[in-house]
Amino acid sequence: MKVGIACPYSWDVPGGVQVHIRDFTEELTSRGHKVSVLAPGDDDDDLPPYVTTVGRPVAIPYNGSVARVAFGPRIAARVRRWLVDGQFDVVHVHEPASLSLGLITTLWAEVPIVATSHSAMRRSRAMSAAQGILKSAFEKFTAHIAVSEEARRTVVQHLGVDAVLIPNGLFVDRFAVAPKEEWRSPDGTLSFLGRLDEPRKGLQVLLKAWSAVHDAFPKARLLVAGPGDIDGIRRGIDSRHRDAVEFLGAVSDEDKAAMLATSDIYVAPQTGGESFGIVLAEAMAAGAPVLASDLEAFRAVLDGGRLGALVPIGDASALADEAIALLGDPARRARYRAAASLGVRRYDWSRVADEVLAVYEMAIAVGSGGHTFKLPGLP
Amino acid sequence: MNWEWLFVTIVVLAALGVYLSWTAGRLDRRHARLEASRAVLDAELLRRSGSVLDLATAGLLDPATSVALADAASRARTAGEGAERYQAESDLTAVLTVVLDDPADLEPLRSDPAAEASLEDLAMACRRAAHARRFHNELVRGAVRLRRKAFVRWLRLAGYAPMPETVELDDTVPRGLASE
Repeated sequence: MKVGIACPYSWDVPGGVQVHIRDFTEELTSRGHKVSVLAPGDDDDDLPPYVTTVGRPVAIPYNGSVARVAFGPRIAARVRRWLVDGQFDVVHVHEPASLSLGLITTLWAEVPIVATSHSAMRRSRAMSAAQGILKSAFEKFTAHIAVSEEARRTVVQHLGVDAVLIPNGLFVDRFAVAPKEEWRSPDGTLSFLGRLDEPRKGLQVLLKAWSAVHDAFPKARLLVAGPGDIDGIRRGIDSRHRDAVEFLGAVSDEDKAAMLATSDIYVAPQTGGESFGIVLAEAMAAGAPVLASDLEAFRAVLDGGRLGALVPIGDASALADEAIALLGDPARRARYRAAASLGVRRYDWSRVADEVLAVYEMAIAVGSGGHTFKLPGLP
Repeated sequence: MNWEWLFVTIVVLAALGVYLSWTAGRLDRRHARLEASRAVLDAELLRRSGSVLDLATAGLLDPATSVALADAASRARTAGEGAERYQAESDLTAVLTVVLDDPADLEPLRSDPAAEASLEDLAMACRRAAHARRFHNELVRGAVRLRRKAFVRWLRLAGYAPMPETVELDDTVPRGLASE
C-alpha cells in the first residue's frame, strides 16, 4: 500500500504526534508498505528519507494560543506536488483541526483521506468561527480516528462529526530493558517523567507527597526525569528529603526505558492536559507498577484501576498514602506488573497498526470523498 | 433594455447552473460512497460472526458457551435484511458481552496460544465492525445534511434516491476483548 501522511508539526521539534508518525511509519515500512511523510521544515534539516518538507512554518495566533503553521501559495504547490508524485492509495492527515498541512492536503487530495485527531481542546471563540470551514473540509474524510475518548469528544463537540477510537501505539518489546543497579534503593525507587516547570505535569504535587513517603521509607529514592529549572526546584525541596531526589534532566529513550524498568513505582501525578497516557503505557511495558492521578485518559489506560493504582487529581496526601501503601505491598505491585504486562500488549504497534491498516482498507473500499470543483464536461 | 443587466443575468444564471449541476454530481457521488460503505459494513459484520463461529467451534470454550455463541452467530449470518439483520447482530453482541466480559476470566484461556490467537482475531473483527458502522453512519449524516438543504429538496437534485438512514445496532466490543 502507498500511504501519504501529513504531519502538522516540524519534524525536528520533539513532540508526541511526530513520535507517533515516526514509529507508525517504521512499523508499516517493516511490513513492506511505502510511506511518505509530509511535514513543515527545510530541506537542509537532518531528516529521514521518507520525510518531504514544505518550508518553514510561521507563528500566528490561532484558537487562543500561538500556532506554528505552514501555509501560503508556495506551500500549497508543494503539497500538490507531493500528492501527485506520491500516487498514494490513501492519505492520512494528522491533527486536522490545527491550521496546517492537514487542511491543505485535505483540500487537494483526490484519494481516500483518513484523519487522526490527537489533542483534546477547550472550546474557544476562534474555533467556533472557523467551524464552518473546517466542517466542510472534514466532510472529505472517509474515516476519522481519535486517539483517546477526550480527543474524540473534542471532535464531536467542536465539529459535530464522529470518530472511532484507536489508541496511540508503542513498541512494547523495546521497553524490556535491564534495570540500572545504581538507581535501585533498598526501600524502593519512585520515578517521574515530564517537564519540571509545567504545572500540569504535577511534579509539585509529587514533591509535596515525597516528604511523607521518604519519612515512611527513609531508604527510598525518587528519580525525576525531564527538562526544566533543576536547581530552582531542588532548592524548593525540604533539605532532609532533598538528597534522595535525583534529577536526571532530559533523558534519552534508552535511559527512559532503564529508569522505568528500575522503578518500583512510576508516578504520574499529572493534573490535566493529557489526552492519551502514552507514558503510562511505556511504564507498563517496562514493568513499572503505575500510580497515577485519576484523569480520564489515565483511567482508560489503566483499565479503571485494574492495571495500576489511581488517586484523586492534585491530592498530595492521597498520593503519599497510596505510594506508601504500594511500597509496603510487594504482592500488589507484582499483581499490577503481571496484569499490565498483558494489558499493554493492546498498545503494541503490531496491534495498533493492524487496526489502522484495517481502517485504510475500508477507506479505500469506500472511495474518496473528493469533490474538487470541476466544470461539467471537463475531465 | 440594458445590455449590462442582461449580461449580469446570464452570468448569474450560468454560475447557478454550474453550481447546481456540481451539487447534483456531489450527491450522486455521495450515494455511491454510501453504497460502498454499506457493503464494507456488511462484510465486516460477516467477518465478525465468522470469527465468533471459529471460536465457538474450536473446542476451546465449554460446550454451553460454544453452543450459545454458535447459535447467535449463525442467526446473525442468516437473518434477513435491514432491521431484522441488525437485531440479530445486536443479539450476537449481547451474547459476546455475557461470555467475554471479564478480562480476568479470560486470562487462563489466553495461556493457550491457539486460544489467544482466536481471541485476538475476534477482538480485531469486533473493532473493525464497530469502526465500519461509524464510518458508514458518518457518511449517512453528511449526505442527509446535504439533502436537507432547501434548494436540494425543491429542485429534487437527489432524484428519487431514498433518504439514507444510519445503521443502529449494538456493536460494543466486549470488555474482555477491549483491553487486550
